Amino acid sequence: MRLTGRFGRYGGCYVPEILVPPLEQLEAAFLDAQEDEAFGAELTGLLANYAGRPTPLTRCRNLPGNVYLKREDLLHGGAHKTNQVLAQGLLARRMGKTRLIAETGAGQHGVATAMAGALLGFQTVIYMGAEDVERQKLNVFRMKLMGAEVVAVESGGRTLKDAINEALRDWSASFETTHYLLGTAAGPHPFPTMVREFQRVIGREARSQIIEQIGRLPDVVVACVGGGSNAIGLFADFLDDDVRLIGVEAAGKGLDGKQQGATLLRGRRGILHGAETYVLQDDEGQIEDTWSVSAGLDYPAVGPEHAHLKDIGRAEYVGATDAEALASFKLLAESEGILCAFESAHAVAHALKIADAEPERAVLVGLSGRGDKDVGQAQALFA
Amino acid sequence: MSRYRAMFETLSNRNEGALGAFLMLGDPDLHTSARLLDEAVEAGADMIEVGIPFSDPVADGPVIQAAARRALVAGVRVGDCFGLIAALRARHSDVPIGILTYANIVVARAGFIRDAAEAGADSLLIADVPALEAEPYVREVEQAGIEPVLIAAPNTPNLTLRRIASLSKAYTYCVSRSGITGTHEGGQFNRGLIERLEASGAPAPIFGFGISRPEHVRSALEAGARGVICGSAIVDRASRHGSVSEVVGLLKTATFNDKGGTTRGRND
Repeated sequence: MRLTGRFGRYGGCYVPEILVPPLEQLEAAFLDAQEDEAFGAELTGLLANYAGRPTPLTRCRNLPGNVYLKREDLLHGGAHKTNQVLAQGLLARRMGKTRLIAETGAGQHGVATAMAGALLGFQTVIYMGAEDVERQKLNVFRMKLMGAEVVAVESGGRTLKDAINEALRDWSASFETTHYLLGTAAGPHPFPTMVREFQRVIGREARSQIIEQIGRLPDVVVACVGGGSNAIGLFADFLDDDVRLIGVEAAGKGLDGKQQGATLLRGRRGILHGAETYVLQDDEGQIEDTWSVSAGLDYPAVGPEHAHLKDIGRAEYVGATDAEALASFKLLAESEGILCAFESAHAVAHALKIADAEPERAVLVGLSGRGDKDVGQAQALFA
Repeated sequence: MSRYRAMFETLSNRNEGALGAFLMLGDPDLHTSARLLDEAVEAGADMIEVGIPFSDPVADGPVIQAAARRALVAGVRVGDCFGLIAALRARHSDVPIGILTYANIVVARAGFIRDAAEAGADSLLIADVPALEAEPYVREVEQAGIEPVLIAAPNTPNLTLRRIASLSKAYTYCVSRSGITGTHEGGQFNRGLIERLEASGAPAPIFGFGISRPEHVRSALEAGARGVICGSAIVDRASRHGSVSEVVGLLKTATFNDKGGTTRGRND
């Protein structure tokens, strides 16, 4: 490896030996592509003319305070995931791979990968926990419409972590032809670094847009954190600024119980899915099943850079419960005419708390995805 | 002399390869697990490899995953696993016992490695710690007086093999092309890997994947391995028949290299 892949003590490359060479190949391809103008030009072209970048920065007109939404929900595919699947798709092609595999929780990353597979001509297989297949039927159908095969994973808790286990198993046998298109800034090196760089565009745009709109930096930047890719992408260009960074985790049915997904708030250091990071686990290191109303935040580990940012105090991490997220989902729809993803509603919930307490603050919120996928579930929950 | 070295010397004198039997500790319960371990030794296993169950075993195929699940559902804890190892050690003082588990299990328990050594284990292999990350673990393992085992794969470059050679002690756990236990066509072994390992000075190569039938054992030994570890076939047999004597005995007979059959192993 050319980079250490560490963020403080976190990160690293904890995978079976057989996966080290493909990860080294990926790191080399990524670093070379970063220096390659043709790669950059093709990616920028796709992001602009296929995906619809730049995405707008919207000031909330009717909610209290000064809340600005970075509208990744308006990106083609309906979430920030598109940014990095296009980039990884181009990398996979550069490495001569013909097949993509990916894990998905809410289905957003599966849909995005299926999209990249269709666009760039890959055979695509998506691993999805059987529980999530049930919860996100429409996204499963979307993936199939775009030519992907969806494998329902029956092992473990049948959610995102089990889908990752299965994708890693597939990759151990298939890496010669297959790129594992990991969906978040977590997992073994080089994924946390690479995915951050491919998502950095969110914060870069938002930073210049807010300066253009209000003539200064925001006071606070808020994003939801599951694996943490939209948050790290939004935070990256603000790390050196005097700006509060807040990641919002899934507090599920309450931080004091087991039914939550607040890894940084309730987990402790461990090693899962290739990285040293915070992990929700029992006293013996067995990984715990998590809960969130939003499948995309229902994950027992977190990107290692967030673990580091928490430990050094550069970012703060808080929780929003299912109920708080649902109330914000509803409020944003009623007051601004925007249906956001349940995941993003966690960030909105915390932004509204800040707007309430300190209305003069300019709060930038990562609206990571749109809520179409959640409308059916919302209908049942609000009934 | 370490138990592994003594074993390799004895087997070498008898012109035999080593048969390692893998069992998941606590599968399906502590009592049965203890009996299965004894059966494996008595049926001719030269070394015992034991899994400490982890909820998310990414390097294992469906059979071993299911075994770990059964043990965890039965409420088996890491301390119970050390208890099983200690009891096995008390009954069989010479058989090498190696632990195979995952990094999070090791880091979650303060003193895991020391406890493993005290229970009587001889080696530790952490499936998701490659050579790149192995150094701090290797140091701790050696301080505890046991031996680190690392994995080598056909795609592992020579530079890494040399690192593995300098870090690992008891044996080198070789995997064949597919990286997951119990999932690929058995019996295909990479002579190239063995030759590269020998050139790098790594400890005795043992094939750990793809061994389910006697002919697989023979072709692994023919490819130059010093032994084999059979996991999925034994665990599968245990889960369906409640006994492993027959399968272990059958696989052991395939480790005899001598065609004349003059100096057979202890179960003759």
